[in-house]
Amino acid sequence: MSEKVLMKGNEALAEAAIMAGCKHYFGYPITPQTEVAAYMSKRLPKIEGGVFLQAESEIAAINMVIGVSSTGKRVMTSSSSPGIALKSEGLSYLAGCDLPALIVNVQRGGPGLGGIQPSQSDYFHATRGAGHGDFHMIVLAPSSVQEMVNLTFKGFDLGDKYRMPTMILADGTMGQMMEPVSLDLGEVTKYDKPWALTGTNGERKPNIVNSLFLKPEELEQFNFDRYKRYAEIEKNEVMYEEYKMEDAEYCIVAFGVAARVSQNAIDEARKNGIKVGMIRPITLWPFPKEVLNKAADKVKAFISVELSMGQMIEDVELSIRCKKPVLLCNRTGGMIPTTKNVLDSINEAVNYGGAK
Amino acid sequence: MNKQILIAGFGGQGILFSGKFLAYEGLIDGKEVSWLPSYGPEMRGGTANCSIIISDEKIGSPIVDKPDVLIAMNTPSFDKYITEINPGGQVFVDSSLIEKKSERDDIEAHYIPATQLASEKNLSGLANMIILGMFIKHSGIIPFENIEKAMKKVVSAKKPQLFDLNMEAIKLGYEYEG
Repeated sequence: MSEKVLMKGNEALAEAAIMAGCKHYFGYPITPQTEVAAYMSKRLPKIEGGVFLQAESEIAAINMVIGVSSTGKRVMTSSSSPGIALKSEGLSYLAGCDLPALIVNVQRGGPGLGGIQPSQSDYFHATRGAGHGDFHMIVLAPSSVQEMVNLTFKGFDLGDKYRMPTMILADGTMGQMMEPVSLDLGEVTKYDKPWALTGTNGERKPNIVNSLFLKPEELEQFNFDRYKRYAEIEKNEVMYEEYKMEDAEYCIVAFGVAARVSQNAIDEARKNGIKVGMIRPITLWPFPKEVLNKAADKVKAFISVELSMGQMIEDVELSIRCKKPVLLCNRTGGMIPTTKNVLDSINEAVNYGGAK
Repeated sequence: MNKQILIAGFGGQGILFSGKFLAYEGLIDGKEVSWLPSYGPEMRGGTANCSIIISDEKIGSPIVDKPDVLIAMNTPSFDKYITEINPGGQVFVDSSLIEKKSERDDIEAHYIPATQLASEKNLSGLANMIILGMFIKHSGIIPFENIEKAMKKVVSAKKPQLFDLNMEAIKLGYEYEG
């Protein structure tokens, strides 16, 4: 194994994208993800066929992504919350055209221009409403710099495999922090892309990449087919990690930096004899419904720890079909729950309904 | 071992750089490490701080709000964090910029006129590394033997003169008797 290096999350992610064979980056600077673009601007021009382009706007950048993806090449863009909102139209077109692409959202507080400190309040956007129409993106939530790397590498694979956009939903902390990372990522998997616009050479019928279908029967069929693929993803690609769940009576659900803080709180609470554990979703879509539903038969209560007014909590409640109480432990606007905030919620869960 | 370190001061004092050096020291020593800066407008002339954790175990939260060690390089940072230090912890104070003394009897306080020493010894801008030298000596968190290796990781190969100056600054702080 190669030596570990200390890297910022944003830069490590950019390097992982290059290692995954992404030679095309289009973006526009915005805190706290600007290091992704800065890193790409230094590295890509030195790679054969590499293109870094700072677009005139986020909207232009996502449309350039659509163009490159149509030709079958790996391509990415990155931004932070308000910039991702601008890309929404393009995300829907990517889905409608069945095109893969990696979209990185290093979230900051909102709504509006919001602030620049870390947030997870684009959960709904990423998992529910990334654009108009019936569609999903695969949404991956890293909770360490190493995962910024690994999930970026995997994100390109998933996108190519299922022909759809993949989003890395990180937060300002993941982008800005440095941790040791290994860049041993193995071989890049090559995917056949017979649909790609590569020129016919007069030898085959032209491929068409399109999201416009004026006959409703035809559009309906495309959507049905796409949702069959989504069902396969929900069956095969769910990722999560359990922490001290073996004997847990209370279950925290958290991703990204919230999961890191929760780990501290769990260790602290266990010193006081409270049996609490965590299920950390790594894929936010598909959401780890089954494992949560199974946990609901075992634990007394859940706590959703989030950097938002409570968005993932809806998926937790749906997953467990409201069998057990779900408490919310949250900060918002760029604030991060402290270990003490989480500990207070654990105590609240223990005392819930007067039970001890 | 799990040591929570907070370095705080003005933007431009090299707070993030000295933090990165420390994190590399920990990494070379085989520890788990994390480094988290304050970011945004804070970096431009306002307060800057940097959370570093060096641990034997996998690190949970990368945010240090209750430090075991505080390195304070301006008065607002001293005021803000002195009460937050864990009992039994340490504070390292740049006494050329901070006139106050710690009034806590449950922590250990060290004072060094790092900024003044830097200008006297032609190590301008290296007060951060001088105070870090003192920290290395008195905290016992990271071994002094690794500093050359860590310095090679953080100083650009294109600027070898900075390597020597940084090393000189650390040694000055390490040997300081105050």
